[in-house]
Amino acid sequence: MSNTVKSELTPDERVKEMSPFRRFLIRPELGSIAGTILVFFFFFLMARDSGMFSPAGVLNWSVVSAQFTIIAVGACLLMIAGEFDLSVGSMIGFAGMSIALLSIYLGWPIWLAIIATFILCMGIGALSGWLVIKTGLPSFIVTLAFLFILRGLTIFAAIATTRKTIIGGVRDAAEGDWLAPLFGGKILTGFFQWMGDNGWIETFSRGTREGQPVVEGVPMLVVWAIALVIFGHVLLTKTRFGNWIFASGGDAQSARYTGVPVNRVKIIMFMFTAFCACVFATSQVMEFGSAGADRGLLKEFEAIISVVIGGALLTGGYGSVIGAALGALIFGVVQQGLFFAGVESSLFRVFLGVILLLAVILNTYIRRMITGEK
Amino acid sequence: MKQLLKTVAGAAFGLALATTGVVTAAHADGEKYILVSHAPDSDSWWNTIKNGIALAGEQMGVEVEYRNPPTGDLADMARIIEQAAASNPNGIITTLADFDVLSGPIRNAVDQGINVIIMNSGTPDQARDVGALMFVGQPEYDAGYAAGLRAKGDGIGSFVCVNHVISNTVVAERCRGFADGLGIDLGNSMMDSGQDPSEIKNRVLAYLASNPNTDAILTLGPTSADPTILALEENGMAGDIYFGTFDLGDNIVKGIKSGVIQWGIDQQPFLQAYLPVVILANYDRFGVLPGNNINSGPGFVTKDGLEKVEKFAGEYR
Repeated sequence: MSNTVKSELTPDERVKEMSPFRRFLIRPELGSIAGTILVFFFFFLMARDSGMFSPAGVLNWSVVSAQFTIIAVGACLLMIAGEFDLSVGSMIGFAGMSIALLSIYLGWPIWLAIIATFILCMGIGALSGWLVIKTGLPSFIVTLAFLFILRGLTIFAAIATTRKTIIGGVRDAAEGDWLAPLFGGKILTGFFQWMGDNGWIETFSRGTREGQPVVEGVPMLVVWAIALVIFGHVLLTKTRFGNWIFASGGDAQSARYTGVPVNRVKIIMFMFTAFCACVFATSQVMEFGSAGADRGLLKEFEAIISVVIGGALLTGGYGSVIGAALGALIFGVVQQGLFFAGVESSLFRVFLGVILLLAVILNTYIRRMITGEK
Repeated sequence: MKQLLKTVAGAAFGLALATTGVVTAAHADGEKYILVSHAPDSDSWWNTIKNGIALAGEQMGVEVEYRNPPTGDLADMARIIEQAAASNPNGIITTLADFDVLSGPIRNAVDQGINVIIMNSGTPDQARDVGALMFVGQPEYDAGYAAGLRAKGDGIGSFVCVNHVISNTVVAERCRGFADGLGIDLGNSMMDSGQDPSEIKNRVLAYLASNPNTDAILTLGPTSADPTILALEENGMAGDIYFGTFDLGDNIVKGIKSGVIQWGIDQQPFLQAYLPVVILANYDRFGVLPGNNINSGPGFVTKDGLEKVEKFAGEYR
């Protein structure tokens, strides 16, 4: 009798109580959540009345952030799987040039050019992944090689076919196409027009677009970014495949022993990174109506920075897509916000380095604190 | 470890705050103009532009800021123009390096009520298309053509054009104009030299070695001229081969003096920076606007006209 009463009163010492606060701290996104709040607070102080938080200003930095988010999601999943892809920037230029050449020079309809480019880029991504696995070389080296190969091919293809490095006219070729608006269009235009009519948003005061709201809709780039983040997060945290990604990055050999198809996971992640780069490039080409041979220069490093700010480990096996998205948001807000705040543009890189350092230190400190206590 | 992390974090944060503190203190009361260029940080030619707008700002009592995409990516430049428009300045001065990419953001800025002047890159027709007030610059094709005619008069029949900004289609018009002035086809005469000095030097050496009958060299700026001078000194052709260049700079001036370079074409970037600021400020204050575009160049600078150029090379000339 007395024994039962006693065991009801004493808690089971095998189950550890963890406060919700502690549980919150363990999330890999913590550093980037704190960073986001800090950055917005900082720019609210510095650039409150400079137009940064007006509809046009919000559109400006959210589009830049969305750009980074798209490639950061791909880079994040790949980094968690334990590999790097340094060819993302070159693939952006390559994909853009491919769409432009296929549609302008060869005369294919835009939707066919876009689909063909996607297949081509995902094929190159798969090739990168296959090479990494077959040769056992670090993915750093293999994708570095592709960085040069793709960039060179982009410039060569442009000059060999059209003697120019910027190929325009895509906007005209995309008129009436069914797939082009999916990448370059804007949604909710009716809602924004309504807001413009009712004075909630400034309207153009002269020219051919007089009366139209300054922000005419949410660009598809932002929609893609949000969709990819949701997809990546659900894939990583709620599915078995997500577990496989963590396992492949954490310890590939142990994962193999437990039955995870590590090779297949890695190749699929390389293809996904290529897919994200292709989405970026297509949106850029559709929006600007032209492809350039120098597009996407150095974007792979910006993707990796966003992912690292978001709390992922460079060695793999730990990270979060939400964190990477927040890291990209920080990146975009800082990049455009510094212009709004009137800071000398060459100081942008100083700020970037400082923020990167702060973010990594914060993430490492918190992780050590957490894992030290485990 | 904890203490070190705290100190580093605190120091970095303090540094960031201090820098912005310094910057935000510097807001003037006058009109505000933003100059957006397409040049990467590494292009030193734009230093003259930065100095020009600083001087104009000081003299007119207005605030002028310089913005550019760090890597020279024109898509980033379009975003910067959008951002500049969103921050509502009195005017934007920008280049039209690629009409397709930049015309949208520039037109939007104009339609929002911001005055725009196009400088340096682009054609006067394109400037009119986007709704800019005017164009201040040197029409590229015309300058190249004039240079080509001059070279033809000096007996030149073939040339190599050392292009260090291959992605800027408008600058490539200089090479095309030169070829047309000479009366020949551009063909393989335009060479993509890249931007790195040793790369440029080696490519020039390779081209001259494999095309020994080249009569003349045309470079498009100090970035391609300086390594080419070194290349000519290395293979002994300095002074023997006809060498003309666009723009001026320290080494180019020395080259003109020593006879390695026959002439430099000065598009007078100082005017491209200074005049738009003056024009915009007077337009905002008194409503006056010159009735035509302003051609800041070409000005052929030979051995005879070097004194002022030497004094201010790289700074205002």
